[in-house]
Amino acid sequence: MSTEPIISLQDVSMRFITPVDTAGKIANLLGAKNKPQVVHAVNEVSLDVFPGEVVGLVGESGCGKSTLGRIVAGIYSPTAGKIYYEGKDLQSLPAAERAHHTLAVQMIFQDPMASLNPRMRVLDIVGEAPVCHGIVTRSQMADHVAQTLERVGLDPEYMRRYPHQFSGGQRARIGIARALAVNPKFLVCDESVAALDVSIQAQVLNLFMRLRQELNLTYLFISHDLSVVRYLSDRVVIMYLGRVVESAPAKLLFQSPNHPYSQALLENVPSLKNRKKRFATIKGEIPSPLNPPSGCHFHPRCPKAGPRCKVEQPVLRELSSQHFSACHLNDGGVQ
Amino acid sequence: MDVLTVENLATHFMTRAGVIKAVDGVSFNVAQGEVLGLVGESGSGKSVTGYSIMGLVDPPGEIVSGSIRISGREVVGLPEEEMQKLRGKEVAMIFQDPMMTLNPVLRIDTQMVEAILAHEKVSRKAALARAKQALEKVGIPAASERLTSYPHQFSGGMRQRVAIAIALLNSPKLIIADEPTTALDVTIQSQILAEIQQLCSETGTALIWITHDLTVVAGLAHRIAVMYAGRIVELGNVDDVLDNPIHPYTRGLLGSLPSNAEHGQPLEQIPGSTPSLGRLPPGCAFSPRCRHAAEICREKVPENQSFPGDRQARCHFPLIYKASEPLSQDA
Repeated sequence: MSTEPIISLQDVSMRFITPVDTAGKIANLLGAKNKPQVVHAVNEVSLDVFPGEVVGLVGESGCGKSTLGRIVAGIYSPTAGKIYYEGKDLQSLPAAERAHHTLAVQMIFQDPMASLNPRMRVLDIVGEAPVCHGIVTRSQMADHVAQTLERVGLDPEYMRRYPHQFSGGQRARIGIARALAVNPKFLVCDESVAALDVSIQAQVLNLFMRLRQELNLTYLFISHDLSVVRYLSDRVVIMYLGRVVESAPAKLLFQSPNHPYSQALLENVPSLKNRKKRFATIKGEIPSPLNPPSGCHFHPRCPKAGPRCKVEQPVLRELSSQHFSACHLNDGGVQ
Repeated sequence: MDVLTVENLATHFMTRAGVIKAVDGVSFNVAQGEVLGLVGESGSGKSVTGYSIMGLVDPPGEIVSGSIRISGREVVGLPEEEMQKLRGKEVAMIFQDPMMTLNPVLRIDTQMVEAILAHEKVSRKAALARAKQALEKVGIPAASERLTSYPHQFSGGMRQRVAIAIALLNSPKLIIADEPTTALDVTIQSQILAEIQQLCSETGTALIWITHDLTVVAGLAHRIAVMYAGRIVELGNVDDVLDNPIHPYTRGLLGSLPSNAEHGQPLEQIPGSTPSLGRLPPGCAFSPRCRHAAEICREKVPENQSFPGDRQARCHFPLIYKASEPLSQDA
């Protein structure tokens, strides 16, 4: 593993602001106090991903994992913070050079039916980007597409079909082929296997592992499914309400999670080995990111929370090599 | 005493493209207080089995043959009015998406009181008190205030609790739960599973838990039925089925689970994809994907065979109990 990260995020934040609508503005003139709603989807997250690594990004709904994935893939520009691609600050680069770098990072989405244009043939879906970016000429397009389809285990014969003529697993493969067509170095997979049946999921996971070896790819694998993440990842990052609460090498994290949220999450994963077990519960709901709790976001649900957790936000501390956790318990206690 | 006995159930859909055999010869029973996990991939017929028991199969679907007995009473062919008396009272169902099953324009209390009054002559006040009790039982805080809320005011997990509370209102003998936690986050799923587990053991309610997730039923169920292309291919105790599967499909499913695998090692995948029910191969529906398939598998549908330990499976070449056969070498 080389020492320079392929992607490096520094204190990246993403806010979504819903402005006050017209009715609200009129009401404000009459003395109402409507304010724009601000969601801190991602809050000062720093993340390094090294070449050849598979980083699993885990969290429940609303924790900001998909938003972070989209920032990494260049779909969103963060409202604060910096992104470095192979050491270069993306925002300060000229547009052409930036495009070259962002092309190396591709994204695979959850629902292939929603992310494939139903009126385009597979040939055009997969071939459009490489032609547009000058990787192949239009006359070479069919060959290039055929090669890419073969790589993901699809018969090139199907190239002239439309997305609806494929099964769910095949559509997932088309989504992967589209991402691979521009020769990326880095893939962001956002819940890419969540919608698939178990037997098809296994096929696609095997495909991801094979591609990783063949093409020397780096993955950011976003999932709510811990068993998938445990299986694939070298390093795992756990998010809760926009913040990273723990990050560690996969093996270490699954053996000895440090943060109370990680512990609860791991305990609650159903497993084949736990037969007729009593399901342990972690109390409470996931709070709304519109109005997150003060201090440590997890304190209302945390079994170990103390007065300090309500007021002070814990920072990520390094416990051992590469093992970071944001909890006051590691740093003087919760009192 | 069995709460539910299903024998040779066949539910077919008469479509323009032909007859879709969504459920084709399914037999099982559920004893009082038992949890049966009904596992299968999409299109395996697990939900249609649940709908058939509830009498909720709409045209072009039709129960073409077989028998369903709830507490000994035959319900196939029962007139709709009779079925309505059973539904909710004897057997209740919880669906995957409570936003689709709760009426969005009625308050929770209206919907709950309605469910009670449909089966019993009690005062509105008494019904309301029972509704409140039911909400408390499923762990909804401030139950009396929440009664006057509308479904959209609840979070996903809370809505599913409301749906469970409604299912419990008339203390049914059997609850059919169709993927009720699939859309929920891990910690919320665990909360719901804990509630269900506790309620069923307290009240002795039998439960059919329909899911695609083997890991959930591993923790919850006493017995597991694995469905493939409209048939139960394997049925047995949790430990037997998960530790020593008889059917190659069950083995394939277990091998496909990433939680079962070593980090980074290739998963033992099943080749191919689930067949379309309209174009099933002759013989065993799994044969095109099965590596043990022989001539006979492509010609003859395997009969349901019994195995020691109260197990059943449909396979010409069961993976265990026939160690002398050449095909179990790969173990």
